[in-house]
This record gives sequence, structure tokens and C-alpha cells, in this order.
Amino acid sequence: MSTPGFHQRIRFSINGRIVEREVPVRQTLADFIRDALGLTATRLGCEHGVCGACTVIVDGASVRACLMLAVQADGAEVRTVEGLAQDDELSPLQKAFLDHHALQCGFCTSGFLMTATDLAAHGAGSNETEIREALSGNLCRCTGYANLVDAIAAVLKEQAAKRE
Amino acid sequence: MEATTSNGKFKVIGTRPIRHDGIDKVIGRAKYGADYAFPGMLFGKVLRSPHAHARIKSIKTDKALKLPGVKAVVTAADLPEAANRLEQAGEMAINPHYLSMNILARDKVLYDGHAIAAVAATSPHIAEEALKLIEVDYEVLEPAMTVDAAMKPGAPILLPDLRNREEGDKQTNVAQHYQFKRGDVEAGFRAADYVVEREFNTAMVHQGYIEPHNAVGIYNADGQATIYCSTQGAFDVRSLSAQVLGVPVGKIKVVPAEIGGGFGGKTTIYLEPLSVLLSKKTGHPVKLVMTRSEVLRASGPTSGSKIKVKMGATRDGKIVAAQVWMAYEAGAFPGSPVGAGAMTILAPYTIENLQIDAYDVVVNRPKTAAYRAPGASNAAMASETVIDELAEKCGIDPLDLRIQNGVKEGSPQVVGPPFRRIGFIETCEAIKNSDHYKSPLSGPYRGRGVASGFWFNAGMQSSATVNIHTDGTASVVTGSPDIGGSRASMAMITAEVLGLPVTDVRPLVADTDSIGHTDVTGGSRVTFATGMAVYEAAQDAARQLRERAAKVWEVKPEDVELHDGVLSLKEKAEGKAPMTIKEMATKLARTGGPIIGRASVNARGVGPAFATTCVDVEVDPDTGKVQILRCTIAQDVGKAIHPSYVEGQMQGGTAQGIGWGLNEEYFYDQKGILRNTGLLDYRMPTCLDLPLIETILVEVPNPGHPLGVRGVGEVSIVPPPAALANAIYRAVGVRMTETPMSPPRLLKAILKKRAAEETQSAAAD
Repeated sequence: MSTPGFHQRIRFSINGRIVEREVPVRQTLADFIRDALGLTATRLGCEHGVCGACTVIVDGASVRACLMLAVQADGAEVRTVEGLAQDDELSPLQKAFLDHHALQCGFCTSGFLMTATDLAAHGAGSNETEIREALSGNLCRCTGYANLVDAIAAVLKEQAAKRE
Repeated sequence: MEATTSNGKFKVIGTRPIRHDGIDKVIGRAKYGADYAFPGMLFGKVLRSPHAHARIKSIKTDKALKLPGVKAVVTAADLPEAANRLEQAGEMAINPHYLSMNILARDKVLYDGHAIAAVAATSPHIAEEALKLIEVDYEVLEPAMTVDAAMKPGAPILLPDLRNREEGDKQTNVAQHYQFKRGDVEAGFRAADYVVEREFNTAMVHQGYIEPHNAVGIYNADGQATIYCSTQGAFDVRSLSAQVLGVPVGKIKVVPAEIGGGFGGKTTIYLEPLSVLLSKKTGHPVKLVMTRSEVLRASGPTSGSKIKVKMGATRDGKIVAAQVWMAYEAGAFPGSPVGAGAMTILAPYTIENLQIDAYDVVVNRPKTAAYRAPGASNAAMASETVIDELAEKCGIDPLDLRIQNGVKEGSPQVVGPPFRRIGFIETCEAIKNSDHYKSPLSGPYRGRGVASGFWFNAGMQSSATVNIHTDGTASVVTGSPDIGGSRASMAMITAEVLGLPVTDVRPLVADTDSIGHTDVTGGSRVTFATGMAVYEAAQDAARQLRERAAKVWEVKPEDVELHDGVLSLKEKAEGKAPMTIKEMATKLARTGGPIIGRASVNARGVGPAFATTCVDVEVDPDTGKVQILRCTIAQDVGKAIHPSYVEGQMQGGTAQGIGWGLNEEYFYDQKGILRNTGLLDYRMPTCLDLPLIETILVEVPNPGHPLGVRGVGEVSIVPPPAALANAIYRAVGVRMTETPMSPPRLLKAILKKRAAEETQSAAAD
């Protein structure tokens, strides 16, 4: 895709792979990940940072890939849904989403998985109110959220039990 | 998770297997419309009207075409004149003439966001810049934004050619007037001890699917075009695009992508014909994806409405008369769901005397599209709150009043034959007996409300094939895009009939060239009608399996039976041991070739759906904010094929109904410009706004379906706005007659009530 205007060279890690590319300075991280790298699991729902479908993890924190420019990712470690499963083994959250029927159309799923991955990585407890608080920046229009909360609570509970 | 069966007769149906499409969705491999990319692909953008109502005097595209990277620009001049007649498309009627004018405006723009031209360029950014170089000369006209404004004498006329039967040759914005009458309304009201009359206004709302509309068009030099898009109906995209482009249906193939929510909004076309036109002009694949602002401004939300309801009951709670006047915003072109609103508004009750007048009104807003039980939620907001008020006057529990007047088998419908076996009263009783309804609710500013809803559900045409593979597994192929888990249901029905594990059946949604015609995924019809086709196709495959086994054993096919995936002789015979389908599958080549079970239906025997919802709220009297404490829905689901996905439909519809009731609305300014074009301002419920929505599955089997299935997708959205209004009344004593019941609206009502009380007490002093 040729885009007019200034380009800048960036080098960063995505799902453990080092990528070095010339990117248009006006391109968002989301567009770069989807269009240039072909990692389309990062979905675009609103491009205003509201729906959370494009949530990715940059240097250990969940961010909206639609609100970040690709050039800002220079030197960063980026993780997307494509990087959650290890050697074909689903992450506990991915597995819980399936087992708890925590998705319908699946469009918001990537964003929820990344937000929940961030939550789990920061050692959150399985308190429902806290989970709902953490998920309130992601929109799902299909499910009414019940099974999403259940799935995430189950994983956090198991994780907490392992820590003890 | 442990499998639970709600009916011992079945082995697979009623269990809760993991959805077949789940893995691709959690690893991110599922391919939605915007994920398609092709070599040489160009990117399209659409120029949209900045005015609500204007005449287009001229469009100049030459500057845009000169911008490096721009490959083509199309306007309405590139589209043929389309037929001017009404045609059924899914749950909505569509006139190709108007549809074409909605794809690209001809002489006039009729709403903020109306498409005027489309550009294809080598990048989305260049296409966007090119839009700024297209020069449009407008003569701005006064808009008519509401049904009141559009219906008053001397209103600005949107469509110069629009006429209706009653007004003869007079120009009008009223596209239709429907009337339904039964008994003697005047006499009915005379017999009533209590009469309640209220006027309601409900705001236009959007389906709010998270995935924006998208399309990739590829036009080949031989005149064949392929469209990849997220849609609820690939066959509808094909036929509607063919009409707009003026080509035969056979020239277009539509490949339905994974769909990121639809709720009715993806049953029509916007970008699809543009992608083909631009591809034809450029010789390249062209992709268009809407922004969220385009989705809100220019796709198809559902109607705002004005509804007047007058209802009378005798002291003992019998509803004796009802009169309804309702007008729905169609948007810029005719075709609101007001007819459905009229036929649903009193549907749950047997009322001897009634009259309903319903008006379809064009206004300078986007053309409305279907939204989950189209037209029924607005209607129920009016009727179900009036019924609540009647129950209060009669001193009867609102559920008891509903049970007393509720329809059952043999009750008359507003239109059509009497009801067959239905489960409305059962849903009321389920709520009455629920832990929720039995638990007391106390505390200040808290209240509990109930409301019920009805939806027809649809039948229509579906096709299915079941292929038996050489390893004894199967695939089931349909033409129904899966928006709510229907692939799992189709696999489960196939597995049930053949006696295979559900993991051995792979469900697929095919493109328009690979399966027989299948109508839209809408009207809660897929598990019912496509499920019926799948059931018959699996039976057909089972019959062929028995025939092949008979060949192997050199017996008559009727001597062979298939149970739990095992073929055997009805009477045991030496040397003819039972065979599994797996074993039989290895012998297909030698016994006549592959097995394809197939069926197509134009499904009859639709079972209507009813739901009753109970909600507890707490109102903040200083801000008007409503917090939902608890919410339970009981729905007659016929027979739940996959209970978790049925619950998912009930929860999802309830969540949307709550958003509709409390927060969501289109906000237009004086000039008719939409002011909330993003999800920050068009506020949909987050998980902090919703409680866990409790579900009660009431299973009253539909006698018109071999498995007892009724559609389950839509009716859950109908009761919530009214149930919330009734709960708010019990919490703070105000009867809300407008949606959304957002903090400012509710606060205004609370303050008005407080002021009235103060005046009253001052007068008393």
C-alpha cells in the first residue's frame, strides 16, 4: 500500500519476531499490524479508542492500536492475539473463552483477550466487580458480557490458586 | 464444562458443545470482511452529504481524478435506473428505485451522510484526500427531521414522486397507512371501568454491531463479479446488488465473510455495488470499509417513533378495548417496520375491540434497516407501560393481568389465523415463580418492573447439503451466515440424525454459487428453517447410508436401520455384522459413489416467540441515573438445540433492549446534522452498566417443526425498555413516556414531579 507523505524506519518486536520496516508517519499501529504485517486478528471497530477491539499489549501494557501511531512502536515489544497461543497450545484465557461460550460473533474477542491477558499478567484477583471494571473499556454487542466475565474469573481464580 | 441435556430423547440436541467456529475466533484466524486482501487491490472511500436535505445542482470530479494515485470516481450517473416497485427482502420491503438512490444520491441528498460519490485509489489516505477535491454544488433545503415535522401540512417534501392511496395525487411524506380493526372500539371503551391514554416518543437507535460495513469487489473482464463482504444474507446482497447494477443475478457471486455482528443491520447493501462499479472502472479489486461515523450516519438504524395508546379495562382486569396511533420514521425512503409494530403491539393479548392506525413516514434521516424484532420494541414501550398502569388501577399484579388477558392456543392474532401452541402465559408464570420475582426488593428509589414481548419469527427459504466423507465424518453446508452460533446448531442437528459425535460434523457457510438459494439470516429463522433443511438433508444422507448397507448385505433398504451411527439389520443375520458409518464410508466408492444428502425448504409452521422480562432498578434522584440491580428474562424457546447459545441470544437481546431503554439515541441538531457520530457519544452498555442477565428457558415445542424449534434470536429485545419504565415508576413515581430514559430526561421528569408536589403542598398549606 503506497501512502504519500513522510516515512520513517522502525524496528520492533511483534509476538517475539523482530520486524524492521519503513512506515508512513501518519499510519496507525493498528493499520500497520493489519495491512503491512497481515496480522488481522487486531480488529477495528471504531478507530476512536472506544470499542477496544484493537487492544494489543505494548511493553506489557494494553493499548488501543487505533490510537497509537506505528512509529511510536519503534523499539517496543508488541503482542497481539496471534501471539497468545504457544506451540499450538491455547493460552488459558483462549481455552476459557471457548469452554465458557464467551463469544458469539467473535469480532470483539481479540480485544477482550488482550485486555484480560493484561489483567492476568498483573496478578488481578477474580472479584467480579474488579473484572467488570477492567473490561469496561471493551464493547461486546452480542453477549451481554455474562460469559466473558465468567471465563475470565475462572482463569484468574485458577491463577490465584496456583500462586498460593 | 459438563454437558447437560434438557430432553432425554436426544443425544446431542440440548447439550452444550464448544462452537466449531470458536477456535478461529480465539486465535484470531477468523476472516471478517475487512480482512480480505488481494494483489493489486485498491481502496475506496465514499463522499457523503454534509446536509440533511439539499438539491444537487452539480458534481465535478475532474480535480479528484487528477490526484496521483486516484484510479476512478463513480457517481449516480454510473448507475442505471432501477425498478420502482416494492420487493420483499428479508424482514423488510425494499424498492430498488429507492435502494439505488440510497447507494448514490441522484438529484437530492436526503440525510446527513447520504452517499454522493465513491473514489478508488492506491491507498485509503489518497482516496480520502480525493474526496475533498470533488466539488458538489448544493441548494440547501429545509429538512423534516421528525414524524411530526414530516406529517404537518406544508412540510418539506422529501420524495417528489411519493404518493399514498389515501391522499391521491397529493405529494406527501406518508408512504403508507396501515389500519387494523376488530370489534367496536367505542363500545369497548364504554364498557371499561378504567381507561389509560398516553403518548410516547422513542428515539432512533442503531444496532451497534462492532464490525463496520465492508466490501471487496472484483470485476472480471468476462462480466462476472465477486463480492466478499460481511452480511447476514449473501443471496440478498447478490439480488439487491444485481438490481442496483442492472445485471442478472447470475453475474454476481457473493462470498459471505465471517460477520462481526449484524442484528438486522447487515441485511441490505451499501458498499457492495460501489466495490463492483469501482473494480469494473479500474480493473482492480477494490475494498471499501466504513468508519464508525459512516456506520452511524449512513447505514440503517431503526426508527424513532411517536405512539399513542389508549386502553380500557374492567374493574376485574379484563382488557376490553385498545386504540393505537403510531408513526415511525422510515428514514429517507419508505419502509419503516411500522407494519410489524402494529401487528406486535397488542399481539400478546386477546382484546375484542381494537383499532390500530400505523403510518410509515419519510424523514431526513438514514433509511432504516431491520433491527432485532424490527418495530416491536418501540411498540412494546408504549403498550406494556399502559398495561402496567391498568394493572395498577385495577389493583392486580401486572403479571396476573397479563396471564388473565394473555393469548394461548386458539386465540386470535391481529392478522392471520388463530395461534397454534404458544408459550406466552408460560413465560409470565416462569417469571412469577422465579427466585427473582419472589425475592423482596426494598430500599429507597428502588423499583421492580415487568413487561412482555412478542415476535412473529420467520420461515422462508433455505438449502442444505450433508456430505459423508470417506472417513465417516460429515460436513453440513448451508447458505445462512452465522451471527449467533447457528453453525453449532446445524452440526448438532446433523450429528443427532446420523448418530455421529458433534465433533465429527463440520459446519460451513457457503457462497452463493455453492449452495441453493437461502434467504437472509434474520427473523430468527436460521435454526428453525435452515435447521429444518439440515434435518431433512441429514435424513436424506441417512437414507442413502441405509441403501448402501443394504447393497453390501444384499437385503432390502427397509431391512436396515441406523442408530447412534451404527448401521444394522433389523433382524440379525449370520455374516452381516453391524457397521459403523465410518466402516460404511470406506465402502462408498464400491457401492455407488459419494453420498450427498440434500434438502431445500420454504419453511412453513413458524412458531412465534414470547418473552417476559423482570428488572429491578435503583434511581439516583439527584442525577436521574438508573442502575440495574437484577434482570431476568423468561422466553419460550420451543426446543433449545444449544442451550448456551439460546441463553446468549436472550442475554444479548436484553442487553440491547437495556441500551435502547436507558441510553442510546440519535441526536440531530436543528439543521439535521447528526451530532453523536462516535461510540463515545452513541453510548452502548458496557459490562459495568449491565448486571448478569438471568435466563429462564421455557420450552413449549413448536408443533410446526420436526424438533420443536422456534426462533429465539429476536424477542428478547422487546420487553426491556417497557420493563425499565415500569421499574422506574415504582422507584421514583414517574411514568416515563420517552426513550431513552437517560439521566437528563429522567431527572427532568423527577424535578417536574417534585415541583408539582411542592405546588400542591403549598396550595394545601
